[in-house]
Amino acid sequence: MRINKNIAISDMGFVFNPVNGESYSVNPIGVEIINLLKEDKSYEEIKATILNNYSTDETTFEKDYFDFTNLLLHLNLTETEDEKNN
Amino acid sequence: MKKTINIAVSGLNAIDSPGPGISVIRGLRDATSFDVRIIGLSYESLEPGIYMHDVVDKTYQVPYPTAGTEALMARLEYIHEKEHLDVIIPNFDAELYSFMKLEGELKKMGIHMFLPTMQQFEERHKVNLPEFGKKYDILVPDSKNIFGTNELYTLTNEFTYPMVIKGKYYDAGIAYNVEQAKSYFNKLSAKWGLPIVVQQFVHGTEYNVTGLGDGNGNTIAAVPMRKQYITDKGKAWGGISIDDKKMLEITHNFVSKTKWRGGFELELMKGQDNHYYLMEINPRMPAWIYLAVGVGQNIPEALVNLALGEKVEPFKDYIKGKMFVRYAWDMIVDIEEFQAISTIGEL
Repeated sequence: MRINKNIAISDMGFVFNPVNGESYSVNPIGVEIINLLKEDKSYEEIKATILNNYSTDETTFEKDYFDFTNLLLHLNLTETEDEKNN
Repeated sequence: MKKTINIAVSGLNAIDSPGPGISVIRGLRDATSFDVRIIGLSYESLEPGIYMHDVVDKTYQVPYPTAGTEALMARLEYIHEKEHLDVIIPNFDAELYSFMKLEGELKKMGIHMFLPTMQQFEERHKVNLPEFGKKYDILVPDSKNIFGTNELYTLTNEFTYPMVIKGKYYDAGIAYNVEQAKSYFNKLSAKWGLPIVVQQFVHGTEYNVTGLGDGNGNTIAAVPMRKQYITDKGKAWGGISIDDKKMLEITHNFVSKTKWRGGFELELMKGQDNHYYLMEINPRMPAWIYLAVGVGQNIPEALVNLALGEKVEPFKDYIKGKMFVRYAWDMIVDIEEFQAISTIGEL
């Protein structure tokens, strides 16, 4: 999964989609995950980073991660295959 | 030293349903290619722009469009004698017809305008929108013109509730049943006359694009905006510039196919089917035009240069994610000023 390159995200967790003008707030871990996705990190790399930095287990991470990334997908904050190829 | 151009601007009613005049003037005052002296044209004594002396240099009242073009021409001749107008920018839909009719005569007097042609003005009218959509291959919601409340009862063969009941020039209401539709019909027809336009309601998100066409099919400027804060009159009180390629494509298509001349605003609705429906075309700059200036496309300046026959290069880009937030401001005005505009029609 890749975050749409136009999406702007501030350190404070303000996410702005310039295509439709929608904006959202995410918490600090949300910011961290979005930034890792922007850096093209794989699921395994993101999992390792989060498990290393926070006291959580793999199952909880997996559930929360997919909930979060599904939400990003639903809100059109991720790139489609066409956009990736352009 | 830059040349000073005398520009007359109407739409000084910076109220809750604002005219574009004040925003247009702000754009003109920001212009880099000329300096301006602004002559306000007002219809009512309490239009706020009349009293904004740092925005409008001098204001003259002009007759309502119902008084006819002769009365308007006589008043403009008087104003021209005093102010030596170079350009007029009319900003009300209801006055455009009169100004378009006078365009030739005004030009002979050395007064320039940059307005749509009569054909463009008529065919984009909301009562003609379905034919317009078909002719230029632009998606518009189904609509029908009706002349009596009896026609509301047979509409359910073609439309489903909710429906938008629209006045000929301004105002609209969303009706969820025939009783509500009847009430809007009576209210809007009493105010704006017939026909009343019934339009299929499209669920979705509202977007707008303002732009400028050079009359030869070229888009000189185009800025899409999403309304963020909408008043009870449906006007944007806050909005943000966005980066929507599809909306720009629709705009370029509209300008190139119609060869639109002048400023415009497209009102679009992105339906739940992800299609953009063209809801309305306003044949003038909108009240939020200063956002376009703020994001790098000074449309009022470009329009004046086109009116004066200058070559204007199309804008290539604009800043995305820039917002405007409107505000209300109480001015303290001396009664003498109100007296002057009310009695002698000048301030």
